[in-house]
This record gives sequence, C-alpha cells and structure tokens, in this order.
Amino acid sequence: MTRLSADVAIIGGGLIGVWSAYFLAKRGQRVVLLEKDVVGAQSSGTNFGNLRLQGRFPGQYPLSLRSQALWEQIETLIGDACEFEATGHLYFASSEDEWRKVEAYAAVSESHGLTIEHLDHVDLRRRYPWLSDKAYAATYSARDATANPRLVTPAVARAAKGLGVTIVETCRVTELRTGDGAFSLATDTGLSIDCGQVINCAGAWALAIAEQFSETAPLFPAGPPQFVTEPFPYFIRPSVQAVDGTVIFRQIPRGNVILAGYPRTAADPVANRAPVPLAKTLAAMRHLGAAVPALESCHVIRVWSGIEGYLPDMIPVIGPSLTTPGLFHAFGFCGHGFQIGPGVGLCLSELIVDGETQTPLAPFSIGRFTGAVEADEKFRREFDATPAAGNKP
Amino acid sequence: MADLAERDATRHRAQLVRAVARDGRAITLTIDGREVAATEDDSVLATILTHGPRLRHLEFGGEPRAGFCLMGACQDCWVWTAQGERLRACTTPVRAGMALLTLPPAFAAPGPFATP
Amino acid sequence: MTRIVIVGAGPAGINAAETLLAHGRQPILLDEGRQAGGQGYRKPSPGLRLDMNALMGSEASKYQALHERFESLRGQIDYRPGTLVWGIDGKTLHLQQDGRATTLDYDALVIATGAMDRIAPMPGWTLPGVFGLGGAQVALKDQGCFIGRRVAFLGSSPLLALAARQYRALGAEVVVIADTTPFVRKLAALPALLNSPRTLLRGLAYLGGAMRAGVPVLHGVTPLAVAGDGHVESLLIRDAKGRERRFACDAVALGYGLKPETQLAELAGAQLAYDEAFRLWLPQADADGRAGDGLYLAGDGMTIGGADAAEASGALAAHALLADLGIPSDAAAVAALRRRASRLRAFQRGLSQAFAWPVAQIRALPDDVTLCRCEKVSLGEIRQAMAQELGPTEVNRVKAMTRCGMGRCQGRICGPALQEIVAGVGNIAGAEAGRLRMQAPIKPVALAAAKAGAS
Repeated sequence: MTRLSADVAIIGGGLIGVWSAYFLAKRGQRVVLLEKDVVGAQSSGTNFGNLRLQGRFPGQYPLSLRSQALWEQIETLIGDACEFEATGHLYFASSEDEWRKVEAYAAVSESHGLTIEHLDHVDLRRRYPWLSDKAYAATYSARDATANPRLVTPAVARAAKGLGVTIVETCRVTELRTGDGAFSLATDTGLSIDCGQVINCAGAWALAIAEQFSETAPLFPAGPPQFVTEPFPYFIRPSVQAVDGTVIFRQIPRGNVILAGYPRTAADPVANRAPVPLAKTLAAMRHLGAAVPALESCHVIRVWSGIEGYLPDMIPVIGPSLTTPGLFHAFGFCGHGFQIGPGVGLCLSELIVDGETQTPLAPFSIGRFTGAVEADEKFRREFDATPAAGNKP
Repeated sequence: MADLAERDATRHRAQLVRAVARDGRAITLTIDGREVAATEDDSVLATILTHGPRLRHLEFGGEPRAGFCLMGACQDCWVWTAQGERLRACTTPVRAGMALLTLPPAFAAPGPFATP
Repeated sequence: MTRIVIVGAGPAGINAAETLLAHGRQPILLDEGRQAGGQGYRKPSPGLRLDMNALMGSEASKYQALHERFESLRGQIDYRPGTLVWGIDGKTLHLQQDGRATTLDYDALVIATGAMDRIAPMPGWTLPGVFGLGGAQVALKDQGCFIGRRVAFLGSSPLLALAARQYRALGAEVVVIADTTPFVRKLAALPALLNSPRTLLRGLAYLGGAMRAGVPVLHGVTPLAVAGDGHVESLLIRDAKGRERRFACDAVALGYGLKPETQLAELAGAQLAYDEAFRLWLPQADADGRAGDGLYLAGDGMTIGGADAAEASGALAAHALLADLGIPSDAAAVAALRRRASRLRAFQRGLSQAFAWPVAQIRALPDDVTLCRCEKVSLGEIRQAMAQELGPTEVNRVKAMTRCGMGRCQGRICGPALQEIVAGVGNIAGAEAGRLRMQAPIKPVALAAAKAGAS
C-alpha cells in the first residue's frame, strides 16, 4: 500500500485530465492523475482531430476561443506541436435550406468575433475545384485548425509530469470518500491518496463517480467512427464538413485523407470496445466519394473508434459538483471535446485555485439534468436511434 | 519526384528476368508514356519490372520501390494509370492499351486535383 | 439449407470443399486469387511454358492431383475466384469482386487463408530487388520470371533451398544460400524433424545439390546489408566464423518461415494466443479446427503445417462442420486425418527450431533500419518513442505513437519484427508485447467499390 497526499486528484487521463493537471501544476498545485488504461487511449486519442470553431453551441464560444488561443501556442506550452496546423475549416451546404442553417451558424460565430468568409457556388468552384459540384455554398473560417489526437494527450501528460504531476497509468479508482472537506481515494493497484479536491473527468466512465455523490446525468457511451485512406497527393488544405453531418474529412500533408461520419457507433465500455460496423465504413466511403469525386480511386486502409460519453443535449458537463464541495465534473463532451480540451483544463484550474473563472460555464452545470432533458437536433442527427439514456458503463 | 523519374529513365535496367516464355495474344500498352509489348495474362508488375527497375516511389521521401511480397499481402506495388486509377500490380493482369504510371498523375496540372 | 462458405482455395480450402461435397453439401468457395491452388500449389497463369512437374520435383504428383481434384469439383460448387473478403460483421462477409463491394451471409464458415512470408528487416531491405522468399517462387510459378539474374537466398527457412533449386533448374544464378540459424541448432531439432523423414531428406538433398554446383551454403550468418544505388547490387553478411562476405547480386529473396494470415479468423471471432515456439499469435481451435460457433479453421492460416497438413486439416474442418450439423462421417478416416495433421504440425514445430526466427539479430539492428516499409518508420523511431516519459510498452500503443504498422499492409510485414523490438526494448516476454489488433478492411478497399456496391 502506497499512500500519497496531494492538493488535487484527477480521475481520468484523457485530454481534459492531462490539461487540468498541466495548468494546476503551473499554479503550484500538487496533482495526482489516475488513468485506468494509458493516457489518451479512448476518444481523446482516437477522435478526428478537428479544432473547429464554426458551428459550435453558442454558449460555448468564450470557452472555445480561449481554448483555441491555447492550441495556437501548444508548442510553446508543452514543447511539442503535435502536428497542429491552421488548416481552416470549410462548412458546406448542399441546398438552399442547408445554406440558411450554415449562415445562421456563421452569424453566431461572427457575433463572437470570428472571421467567416461566405463562399457562394462560384467562389466554391474557383477556390476548391475538387469539391463536388453538388456543394451549394459554404462558409470558411481560417482560424479553425487540426492536430493529431494520437500524439496530444501523451505529450501534454509528459509536460505535466515535467511540472511535477504524478501520473499513474493502468490504475482504477476503487474507492472515493469525502469527509471533513477532504477526499480519500483507493485504487486497484494498492495506492491510496488523500487530497483536498477531485476532478471527475473519466469520460464514458464518469457517471458512476457522480452518482456516488447523488448527482446524475443521462450519460451514455458511443464511439465516433473514423476512417483513413491510403496516401494521395496532397490537395485538400482545409478541414471540410458537410452541414448534414454525413461526411467530415481532412487531408494531412503526408497525403492520407481522414474521414468521419454520422451516425456514431455503439460502444461497450465494459469490454472496452467500439467496433465499427462495416455498413458505416461503406457509407462513409460513398459520402466522401460523392463530396470529392477525384478520390473515388482512393482506398480506405484503416478504421478505428474510441469510447466517449454523450448527453442528449449534446453539450458537456463542466463545473463544480452541486452536492459536494471540492468535487468538479468535466465529462460528456459529445464528440467536440478535443477543441475545448485545453480551455476546460485551464478553467478547472482557475475554479480550483482562484475559486472562479472568467469564462462562463453556467450552461454546462450538472444541475441541468434535474428536470426533463430535451434532445438536441444534433443528437437526432448523430445517432441511429435514441440509445438508452443513462446506459451506465 | 520528377528528378527521380529522370534518373531512373536513364537506367533501363530491368529487375525481373523472364525465365520461360508465354503463349498468348500480344498486346501493347504504355509505361510512363513509353510503348511496350506484353502478352495477355502478364501481370502489371511483371510487365513493368521486366522493362525497368521500379514500380513506384514511396509517398514518404520518394525512394523507389518494386513491390515485395508478390502475393497481394504487402500492398507495396500499387501503381497509377494515366486515368487516375489505382492498380495492385502483382495481382492485376495487363490489358491492351493500358497507360501505366510509376509516378502519380500530374496533380499540379489543371484538373480535378488542382489547387489555387 | 445451411449456407457454408469457405474462404481460400488452397489445399486446405479445396479439401474442405471436397469433403463437404462428398457428404451432399455444396459450399461457396471464395478465393482472392484468380486461380485455385493457393501460394504453394499455385498454377502458372495461362499460356506460360512452365514445366510444373520439373519445378515441383517430388511434390509434382500432389500438385497435379490437387488441381485435378479441384477441376472435377469446381462445377459442383459455387466457386468465386477473384473475390476478396475484406471484413466480417457478425455472420455477414463483406466482399470485393470486380471492383464492387457486396455482402454474403453465412451459417458456417471455413477459413483457410493460408500464410505469407515472415520477414525480418535488415539494412537495405526496402531496395527494389529485395523480395519475399515465397514471392520469389510466386514470380516464377505465376509469371515465369526470376526476381533477378543473380539471386541471393537469405533468411532461415527450408524454402531457401527449395526456391534456390527451382531458380537454378530454370537457369538463374544463385549466388548464395545464407541461413541465419547456426548448424548446431539444426542438429538439436533433429528429433522433431524425424516426424517427417521424407521431407527432411528432401531438404538435405536440395542443399547437397546446391553445394555440388558450387553455390555457397552458409549457416549461422548475420545479415549486414543489402547495398546498391536505387536497386540491389550486393548482399553483405557476416559468416559463422565472423568474416564479412559480400556477394554481388541483383536480387535477394528474404524469408524466415511463414506467418499465418489470421486477420479474418480474428474478425470472425477466433481467440488468438501467443505461441512460444513460433513466436507468433495463432488463432485457437480444437484439433479439428473448431474456433467458434459455426467457425472452422484449416491450413497454414491456422498454424503452420505445410501443404500436406493443410490438405488433412481442410478435410478435418469439413468433418467437424458436418458433425456439428448432425451429419455422421467416417470416424476412422477422421482419426487418421487427426494423426496425420498432428504429426505434420509437430514436424513444423521442429522446423521452427531448425530454421529459427532470429530474435537476437532483430533486436540488434541499427536505428536507421526501416521497420515499417509502408509508412517508413525506422527502428530508431520505435526505440525513441518507447524511451520517452510515459512511453508505450505494447505494440498497438507503439503504432499509435509512431505510425509503425498503420499503412496499407496493416502490419502484415512489420508486425512480427515489431513485436520483437517492443519486447526487447521493454525487456518483457514476447506475449506481453501484444499483437496488432485488426479491424476491417483487412486489405485496401476503393471508395469506388463502395459506390458500385450500392448501385
């Protein structure tokens, strides 16, 4: 039995956990991070890699923009660029109806100071001749970017470790108690930790922890399916997304085209598996070929997914527990946690060290699930059928 | 990669050597624009490598490659046609009139891959 | 009627089909190849003036018999050549045929996907002119071509002598047969090899023939480099006495025994377990090939046993399938097949010691050697990734950090060597290094195939 004492214990070594650890350590906190597998093993490491600012939940822009500023200096922060590239992001509509929706998203982005280019059909043909003629119009945001998710979480974890954070991998929390304004944790590796505060950022596995403290959220696990092609000559510069969600793709300078598409796949957090049904692979391939006809001769060579927590309103839980002082939640990132990861870590560090943060987090309170929850329109689009809410890991 | 193509073009050394002849219909096709003769049922790989030293260039750094496993497993013999098709050379028979390329088609030229 | 699908038309698949047909069942036989026979019993492509009897030597009668048997049954089964099975979803196979992605549901599945060369990298092995050892034979059988004019045969495998004999017989120059396993280890494996004395004697005869023809036959060599400017010009090795020796050549056939193609077995639900003798992950099945509900494995795709064992295990898998369907079969014949497969596999285990996978040589390779030829990842990059803080300690994580095994071949070529590097750097057992997990597609599938399949 090893006994550790710390200011903050972080449960979950995904992107949120490692950035929280990093910023807390920068503020002089003693931090222990516990990860059941290895850092960044699930959706933090297996997502599409988009740092997309267009089309986000309106209440999330202050957080998103703050986070993007951190991404833009990632190499300075952690000494590794993790293939960060300011690729820009093209959001395209295939009909006039869809175009109205894209323009409405753009109006929200612009109201938060983001520069959006509005490209009509002629502009599109001229700028992106490889895009299908069926693309009706698009908006383009130059500040949107991409990075390699496989590399980021381990790299941030290494930087946090360099700042003194204790990172323990392959270690499950088996016990979490509170009393006298402090917490004690025990793990299946015989480790026990006494600490003042706890961050619950255990992803698809976070609900069990919240429920221990009489809080709940209709969290369920799912996997974002991802596909990659063989290397092709590099010709697609921006990250591209169809507003109907059927296809999202980007080409890396090595030449591979990474693609993703809805609906998402079911995931099994007990067996730790998120297999991609082959019908989804074929559908994604058809959608990419339709969007970029020049890629039809290109081959898909690899498919993967990872497990992530989703909520029906398609926005995460971020902020303090409403029942237990010293406990903070950050989970249920619904497929868009990669971009806001650094920002969430920074905000949590401020909440813990300063007791407050300048970034509005009220929309993300866990308290919103006390009444009936309305499913977001994105939710209906991104899943085959409404999965059993509260499907506990 | 253009300089690599030039360097290879000056060196017409074939990698594969025909040990036994084949009876069959004689056909012609092109490799990098050069017309060559083949016999129906020759593989794309055998045709290219009995006429030259390599099949393709690796996407990462451009080193020459000539396939490896010769049985459809290693995927190191995918070549281009001038029409932008991809062929796995070791398992694809040649057809009359094929326009095979050991470099990708000219992506910089006006066409579907053109970028501003 | 139960739909039975066999994947692979080599000796195992053909025997499975024949046995099923003899019991009144008509299987669907899918094969990626355009002609039946698999790799070992591959038929020449049409019109090639190749004397297969001379080429196959002592195995010619078996080769001829298998193809004759196949010809007599092909009209009675649903045989689909040129069909790639690229994925399995539950009891649905995903196929690619004539550029179209289609599906095929099954009730019972016999997987007989065979094997490929197991490769250890070495300096210069990605140069044009270095080919797999089995590939060198395929070039000859399928296309009537040598991989070069002056060929070096390198690795550790009984196929070194066989392929060299075939090359010499047809007029190629064999510059050296260089085996990395020391002679004393071959002697130590003799008891197991006596399980098939005929095969053993044949192998020795091939080597004897090469030596009489003046071909250097070396044991216990250390491969140092394949050298050349844009193509193979020479092979440099260190011999058992420590002398460096350079052989001028324009091609190298490289192989360290065979490695089962286990991707489809894995996707169909077979469990894989690490085999200490072969140092490979093998799908688990009972003595007759049962590997799951309605799932049967046969041939070299299950465990390396050679063509004779493949024939026996294909028939065995079919008998198991029939028994599970409640169709009685000849118990004495099944018992004989089991004995035969078991004896031949014991022989292969002996071979795996006599022709050893060169673990120590792989671990000692310099940093600048390419390990993953698809993505161009060097050994140094693997070692560096593992050495860093929170560095990976198992192969899938190493792949995620370095791209090794991520390319078009999905780790088929680099996988076995990657396992040894990871185990060596991490100072852990081979099994603990893990294995590259498979997810469909097992081979590249074109976007156009998905489109054509939907229309």
